Amino acid sequence: MMAGQRPTTSAAPADTGRHAYLQNKVTRRRAIGPGLRTFLIFAVLVGLGALIFPSSYFYRVGTLVWINTLAVTGIVVLLGYVGLVSLGHAGFFAIGAYATAILPNYGVPSPLAMLSGVLLAGLLALVVGRPILKLSGYYLAIATLGLGMLIWMVLSKEAWLTGGPDGMTVSGMNARNLFKMVGLNLKSAEAWYWVAGFTAAIGAAIAVNLAGSPSGRSLRAIHDSDVAARSLGIDVARAKSRAFVISALYAAVAGGLLALANGYITPETGGFMHSVEMVTMAVLGGATSVFGALVGALILTALPQVLTVFADYEHMLLGGIMVVTMIAMRRGLVPFIADLWTRRKS
Amino acid sequence: MSLDIDGIGIAFGGIKAVDDVSFTAHPGEVTSIIGPNGAGKTTLFNLVSGVYRASSGRVRIEGQDVTGLAAHDLARRGMARTFQNLQVFPQMTALDNVMTGCHMQERSNLLSDLLGLPGARRETERSRASAMAALERAGLADLAHRPASEMSYGQLKRLEIARALVTGCTILLLDEPAAGCNAVETREVDDLIHAIADEGKTVVLIEHDMRMVMRISSHIVVLDQGRKIAEGGPQEIRTNPHVIAAYLGAHGAAEAEAAAHA
Repeated sequence: MMAGQRPTTSAAPADTGRHAYLQNKVTRRRAIGPGLRTFLIFAVLVGLGALIFPSSYFYRVGTLVWINTLAVTGIVVLLGYVGLVSLGHAGFFAIGAYATAILPNYGVPSPLAMLSGVLLAGLLALVVGRPILKLSGYYLAIATLGLGMLIWMVLSKEAWLTGGPDGMTVSGMNARNLFKMVGLNLKSAEAWYWVAGFTAAIGAAIAVNLAGSPSGRSLRAIHDSDVAARSLGIDVARAKSRAFVISALYAAVAGGLLALANGYITPETGGFMHSVEMVTMAVLGGATSVFGALVGALILTALPQVLTVFADYEHMLLGGIMVVTMIAMRRGLVPFIADLWTRRKS
Repeated sequence: MSLDIDGIGIAFGGIKAVDDVSFTAHPGEVTSIIGPNGAGKTTLFNLVSGVYRASSGRVRIEGQDVTGLAAHDLARRGMARTFQNLQVFPQMTALDNVMTGCHMQERSNLLSDLLGLPGARRETERSRASAMAALERAGLADLAHRPASEMSYGQLKRLEIARALVTGCTILLLDEPAAGCNAVETREVDDLIHAIADEGKTVVLIEHDMRMVMRISSHIVVLDQGRKIAEGGPQEIRTNPHVIAAYLGAHGAAEAEAAAHA
């Protein structure tokens, strides 16, 4: 909704007919789908990280970046595509994390434990989503906030199961073993880095596929005009519920990965601040694209590590960055830079 | 399919915005709703298309009672509409806007959409083709890849028509399609609406441009203060003293007369 007469970025060059241009675009799309392209870009970035990281510490931070990217990709689907704000997604994240932590103690293998957590989060989103998605704007934000707090409280109070506020150690699978099977001997931190990066790449590809698909167009339509979407036969309640479930699944997978990679979790993974952090990452990077998710996750995960020297001022600095972002580039970094780029070219 | 409005009404806080309005719109014809600002024309559209819930009366499509159905269910029964105050998807390109209108024809499921399976891509290609055809028809093919936020008011009006057309509707409600259009564009919209009706669709039109209304309507319903004050063919309406008093006025009657002889 930019004002003014910005030159169009996608208009056909004058010398080629518009149909030739369209044809060209279509065939190019077929050669390599946008989902696959996104996957490959992410894969290259994962590889680049591995090339330059000098120590296990960097791999651990890198792992966190990819896990956060995955969770924030879910926020992109919900906030960027459909325009719904959730301040409770840390709850779904924590369900994935705690299921992965708890179930192995009862003899369930880690992958199955994680899968159960993911399904549980999805089911909860489906059940809770229907009534609360009737709300919109900040009413929805408050309702999801309540949901997140409920989950956080259960995790903090039920110490017999969750270890309470102190958290619990996660036993079970180590990603090293996955790589050993194919003869690669990686350090544990490296192995988790690759697994997290690979999962984030798949998650991004799925989100990109969705955006360009019939279902994705419905979601984006709801973002722009609820009334028009309905008039085109789109079942808005159902579409919103689907997006909510999908984004909850993203959060839960990310949570499960964090539990396994860290080997330790606390109820704070499900806390309010974590929910806010996820939304902040999406908004900072640009909530409409998976690359926004990556950039937001990268900045807000890496920066606190860099700023440990100024630990006392960390929150001030982050807050300052947020305020500046919102004033100078409301749509987030990635769309802002993309705009600059196209404007310079034309 | 014919659209039957039977004694429909709604009140907002004691004020009857639409009160006991009845008419029938037939396939292959353009039925126009005219009346002064605030007469309840758009409210009537919102009642018929399921945006508001009627407090009295019935809506029937081909004899079938569809009163109180949700907007998306009405769409599935073949009703499509455009909006007076534009409801386009500004963040999408013109093409994507119209492709969204193909929603009901698209047969891929969520899983294949998420995984980008060939089925989902095929549906998208098909929607792209029929959306391009509709844009062509609305005279917007050149602007297919332009973000809707950068298009002019008149272009957006036509974009909404294109988007409504690809739904495969049999009943089309057009709310001031020629608003913001210059004379040439109005003529184009005029021709387009004609062509749509000639395909056998039921067209219901709200419009203030009396030349256009008189030119293309088979049947005209006149509203004033929520009530129907007259109904009939263009000739009858033009000369109806109630209509001239409430809406057309001397100038409007002259305009309408000019259109009749044009």
